[in-house]
Amino acid sequence: MVPTHYYLILSAILFGLGVVAFVFKRNVITIFMSIELMLNAVNLAFVAFSQAFGKLDGQVFVLFVIVVAAAEAAVGLGIIILIARNRQSLNVERVNLLKL
Amino acid sequence: MTAQLIIFFVLAGLAVIGAVSLIFQRHPIHSALSLIVVMVALAGLYLLLGAEFVAAVQIIVYGGAIMVLFVLVIMLLNAGVEERTNFSKLAATAGIPLAVALTAFLAATIAKSGPVTTGVRPGSVASTQGLATMLFREFVYPFELTSFLILVAILGALVLAQREKGS
Repeated sequence: MVPTHYYLILSAILFGLGVVAFVFKRNVITIFMSIELMLNAVNLAFVAFSQAFGKLDGQVFVLFVIVVAAAEAAVGLGIIILIARNRQSLNVERVNLLKL
Repeated sequence: MTAQLIIFFVLAGLAVIGAVSLIFQRHPIHSALSLIVVMVALAGLYLLLGAEFVAAVQIIVYGGAIMVLFVLVIMLLNAGVEERTNFSKLAATAGIPLAVALTAFLAATIAKSGPVTTGVRPGSVASTQGLATMLFREFVYPFELTSFLILVAILGALVLAQREKGS
């Protein structure tokens, strides 16, 4: 049996790496991927707690998080396509004006 | 060291390596492939935790749908190697230590609080069947609301991606 706090530590590490990627990457698409990484890290904590407490609420929440992530990916990638079309670049430092 | 612990450490190592690789790859498509490694490793961890349905959904929705969408957009926009930019000195000098400090603080807090003891016998929940019962009884309104969310997301993506009239 793997102790629950091992999973929580792994979840924290993955979340931290997601934060690092979010701050350091310059490409809009990669920044978006690091958000997905952070969501995945939180999902792992949810499932670990669900198993530790013997309740399924955590797993139901994970399903909702996945649905929201899918919706977010669809809208976010639409926005990224718009940015690329208007700026001819995917670098976030070029996106420094609110007006597209 | 039991077999489960060994599997855990292998999968955890894969996930961490994938996440580190996501940061250090300079080409977006390589980052996307690294992220797929993380997701598959997490699906294995869900199986280890006895959450078969969540593992399957993780593979199908994350590995299948969302990452295909990412790869499609990367190819559609012909995203090249990330260009180096001279970002601020503050970000370069304070960013990495602060990020490491955040991760270390989170991990240390969890490690210090020690094992989670709930007195529940592990593996006592019937996963997929119980999940379906909960989803369609207690969480039926949130479940219905997510269908609206997806509908709105489809409309939003369509409106955003269509070309403006007259251009």
